[in-house]
Amino acid sequence: MPEELYELESEIPANTVEDLLRMDRMPHIWCPGCGIGTTMNCFARALETSGLDLTRVSVVSGIGCTGRVAGYLNLDSFHTTHGRAIPFATGLKLANPSLKVVVYSGDGDLSAIGGNHFIHAARRNVDITVILINNSTYGMTGGQVAPTTPMTAVASTAPYGNFESAFNLPALADSCGAVYVARWTAFHVRHTTKAIKEALAKRGFSFIEILAPCPTLYSRRNKLGDGRAQMLYYQQQSEVRNGADTKDVALGFQGKIIVGKFVDRERQTFDDAMVEYYTRRLGDRYVAPTLTGA
Amino acid sequence: MKADPAGVLTGAHFIDGDHACCEGAIAAGCRFVAGYPITPSTEVVERIAERFPLVGGVFIQMEDEIASSIAIQGAVWAGKKAMTVTSGPGFSLMMEHIGFAAMTETPCVFVDVQRAGPSTGLPTQPAQADMMQARWGSHGDYQAITLAPNSPQECFDLAIMAFNLSETYRVPVFLMMDECVGHMTERVVIPAAEDIEIVPRRWFRGAADAYEPFRAGEEMVPPMVRAGDGYRIHVTGLTHDERGYPAMTVAAQERLVRRLNDKIRLNVNAITAYQSDQVEDAEVVVVSYGITSRTAIPAIEQARREGIRVGHFRLIVVWPFPEEQIRRLAESARALIVPELNLGQIALEVERCVHGAVPVTLVGHTGGTVHRPAEIYEAIIRSVKGD
Repeated sequence: MPEELYELESEIPANTVEDLLRMDRMPHIWCPGCGIGTTMNCFARALETSGLDLTRVSVVSGIGCTGRVAGYLNLDSFHTTHGRAIPFATGLKLANPSLKVVVYSGDGDLSAIGGNHFIHAARRNVDITVILINNSTYGMTGGQVAPTTPMTAVASTAPYGNFESAFNLPALADSCGAVYVARWTAFHVRHTTKAIKEALAKRGFSFIEILAPCPTLYSRRNKLGDGRAQMLYYQQQSEVRNGADTKDVALGFQGKIIVGKFVDRERQTFDDAMVEYYTRRLGDRYVAPTLTGA
Repeated sequence: MKADPAGVLTGAHFIDGDHACCEGAIAAGCRFVAGYPITPSTEVVERIAERFPLVGGVFIQMEDEIASSIAIQGAVWAGKKAMTVTSGPGFSLMMEHIGFAAMTETPCVFVDVQRAGPSTGLPTQPAQADMMQARWGSHGDYQAITLAPNSPQECFDLAIMAFNLSETYRVPVFLMMDECVGHMTERVVIPAAEDIEIVPRRWFRGAADAYEPFRAGEEMVPPMVRAGDGYRIHVTGLTHDERGYPAMTVAAQERLVRRLNDKIRLNVNAITAYQSDQVEDAEVVVVSYGITSRTAIPAIEQARREGIRVGHFRLIVVWPFPEEQIRRLAESARALIVPELNLGQIALEVERCVHGAVPVTLVGHTGGTVHRPAEIYEAIIRSVKGD
């Protein structure tokens, strides 16, 4: 019997994005049914067909389950401190504008402890892509309530249910000036891949929220079944509404999920504005930064 | 390597310590600064904001000090020399990223123009009460380097030294100014670029498949690469192995944290800098640093005029602490006096080093102004009389 099993496994085709992963670090830490790995696969597939020079792509993560993405990608990758992936990425990008810089982190990391940096990077239109995996909770630390936990959902620090309003993250990004705002779920792998590819092609602050199941610490505590059950919820309750007003896409507990591309516009990036403004004001006296500085 | 002449304002200037610090950083090759306004350090970044567009630098005023202290590290991994500038409350906010810089061996410079605390304290008045914070402020075991200038000229000189040490050892380096030194205006001589020695970043140039970003040789400091150079590095604040991969074992922790500490601890004699004045035959030695070294001078001179053999030992590098030199002072002198604008920080370190061999007298001060020389003079007299 074991020989048969072995033969069966050997027929599984190799993952075409293995070159983009640090396979020597597998297995990853994520739980069965977690959606983060699925989104990482989407990201890798988007990169594969993006036409980007992969040696010039950097991924920056904060702390948490999604924060571990940086460590599994075979790219220049930075696993920074809790909430501070965006300011690290800002420094990286401004110091070398030829890099494509992607921030890949969780909802708690980017919208709670890192919320201030999120709004300011969007306001400045720093040329980075922010991929936020929203699993509605703090998974790594044991399922505490997050700014994204839907009202009434139970969390380890909201044992009687959450009574705080959750962030509508696409509306936040939109109102701060992001040039690209989309939301998808771990169920929508093709849409997600396409959205990531589009976001990577944008100049400016692009933002994608991806809902992902946390079966261990969110679904189980809320009696929502396993990862598959949450994927069925995403399938059945999602409504694609491209161009939706972001004010209308707030999430409720197991309610309807408005997904789609909400914002796609042009705005001058921080580094373009800097160079253009200094050139205009200072003329020949302006010395534009060069790539090597050390 | 010599300084890039494009950034060096060679000549004699009449400027304050904050401005001199800015010019020192530029001369050292700093081309990225992220900061947030805070008295009494703001003049440093104001001058940076004016000067950087003229010398190819990038300045960004971030949303807070937390962001500033990590944005500079992103810039370093892109290849820049980078700095942030703050005062006590901002320094407190930066602590986590000091640990991140230590753990990821990211060379960068933090300037703290100290003001009186705790909390908001006296924003426009001096203190030296962040000295232990510079040593122990971030959690975990790490070592960094701390410099204490006592004049605008030294704000220039030590800013360069800070960058050079940071590149040599791949650690965060603190330039611990204070409000007096920062706002004091004096003659500052900026040498010709060819007379300014700069330590460039040590780059790894070998093949990517053989590269392990955190494998160090004998000198305990690994060479660096930049994001985008094709090495596909991973950098994490987690305990990591030589590849940079997280390694959650006691053995990996011991190996990494031991090296991070040893690269400074075992190089203390190469790093240390001090000024020693008539300590050889001194019966009393005043151990000082920063602005307090200057209020000590009239006290020392007065005591000498009265025939008391007083030595003056000024710390320029405060951390790592020059244990050996302080111990030697205690072999010849009968007493050590430590004036500082706090209620006992460096005095404790001096006590630790002399280990009871001679009495160590703190001349403490809660800050807001500098000592009156008489306070230090009186401590000298008391120590000679033996009471």
